[in-house]
Amino acid sequence: MDFGPYLLLASLEGAVTAAVLALTAVGLSLVFGVMRVVNVAHGEFFMLGAVLAWWVAHLVGDAHPAVGFLLALVVAPLLVGGIAVLADVTVLKRVNYDPERTIVATIGILYILQQVTLMTYGPDARPVEPPFNTRLALPFVEWGENGLQLYWPWGLSTTSYKLAVIGAAVVVLLGVWGLMARTRIGLLMRATQLDRDMALAFGIPVERVYAMVFGIGAGLAALAAVLIVPIQQAHYLMGGDPLLLSFIVVIIGGLGSLPGTVLAAVLIGLSDGIISVFFSPTLAKILATLLVALVLVFRPQGLFGVRRA
Amino acid sequence: MLEIDRIDAGYGRAQVLRGLSLRISPGEILCLLGRNGAGKTTTMKAIMGLLPLTGGQVRLDGQVISELPAHRVAGAGIGYIPQGRRLFSELTVAQNLEIGLRVKNSGPEVLEGVLELFPRLRERMGQRAQTLSGGEQQMLATARALCVEPRYLLLDEPTEGLQPSMIEAIRQVVVVMRDRGVGVLLVEQRVDAVLSVADRVAFIENGRNLETVAADDLRRDHSVIERHLGV
Repeated sequence: MDFGPYLLLASLEGAVTAAVLALTAVGLSLVFGVMRVVNVAHGEFFMLGAVLAWWVAHLVGDAHPAVGFLLALVVAPLLVGGIAVLADVTVLKRVNYDPERTIVATIGILYILQQVTLMTYGPDARPVEPPFNTRLALPFVEWGENGLQLYWPWGLSTTSYKLAVIGAAVVVLLGVWGLMARTRIGLLMRATQLDRDMALAFGIPVERVYAMVFGIGAGLAALAAVLIVPIQQAHYLMGGDPLLLSFIVVIIGGLGSLPGTVLAAVLIGLSDGIISVFFSPTLAKILATLLVALVLVFRPQGLFGVRRA
Repeated sequence: MLEIDRIDAGYGRAQVLRGLSLRISPGEILCLLGRNGAGKTTTMKAIMGLLPLTGGQVRLDGQVISELPAHRVAGAGIGYIPQGRRLFSELTVAQNLEIGLRVKNSGPEVLEGVLELFPRLRERMGQRAQTLSGGEQQMLATARALCVEPRYLLLDEPTEGLQPSMIEAIRQVVVVMRDRGVGVLLVEQRVDAVLSVADRVAFIENGRNLETVAADDLRRDHSVIERHLGV
């Protein structure tokens, strides 16, 4: 394959990574923005989403794969969100959302979720069948005898499912934006984010807002995992990479800034895909972490972040 | 009657208020005077439930509001205008007011009544709070508190850093609210500004009551002020 089609292929793979990463990172960013909680267990909520997706699809059994998948798409985020709300009320609330203690507490939640999954689900990686998966050959342009013309290079293809993942992520992100910008509950969440004490002084039940935000954040990670599990398989250790990449994205985009998070997710996802294809996945991670270091040195509030007084 | 009954409160281990008591009747302006660090702002935060009390009670018409969760205090009928205004800076004027209105699920007629007091805000409804001038921000902070339909208002240095015309506008609104039967607790640094509106003045020092005197007496005899504030 020539360089051009090869780059297009790498970009498409990167776009899938970016889409899933954007969902996961927006969840992390929301939790940090509103609650000022650094949720180290975020990757495990992602993992739980994938494992529950397998579990739901497995329970549904022989029916058309789309049935199990669609059911998982609804059930897994709700269940994971519920578990997160429970973790918030029983753990984070008890340590008063103290910044340092919540880090330690979420590390604890990380190991509990991971080890319970290992003890019940086991160490195997298990696939979920995609609801549809048509191979789509893609055209490319070249200089022919009659100027520019289309041709179909061998190996340049994607699947309908991968395109659907990108589409679904865009829809969900628009939904999150709508929730924050256009609804009453979003208004309460933003007010809490801007000034917790004043939110309390004006009757906003901050503790309930916190529980909900933590649930939504974890639910977004779970949703991202359900989308990716037909491509990647569910495994009890799969939460590490999304956690690292989400932190990278949230730091580069600006802590608590949703547009910054999405933009950084696209940047990191695409470069991760492209660099992984042309060089190696390790180099992609090295460069991403290097970028974080540079951002922290030269623009600590992130690309879109606002300096806090 | 808003009664602050021998409250103790502080930040962590640092106790600021020591057995402080105040009583505010409907339709009166009680002004809290004291040196820096005397506990004026802390008193307001303690009333709003933003600081845990380690002793004493806050009662509103007999209801013990210091035992309510913090987010229920406003709904009991207290509007808070904090020091430094503390607006929801990235939200619009309309959204800031909406948060105030939601406390009691008040209808548009309440908003209308508030905007009559602050016509300037009507032209600014879609603007973000942080883009307002200092005086307009203070108006918004006051309007947000009035959207709660409060029976008692807590104002923490409302005229800080404002030009004279704005100070006068805020002062008039405070007097209007008093005349409508709202009890006002006012913290103010500038003694002259206090004396022109206050009904009674409570002096505090190190989180304790010194004495509470009628403002008329102070206007006749400034020596008390000099004794307690050293000005």
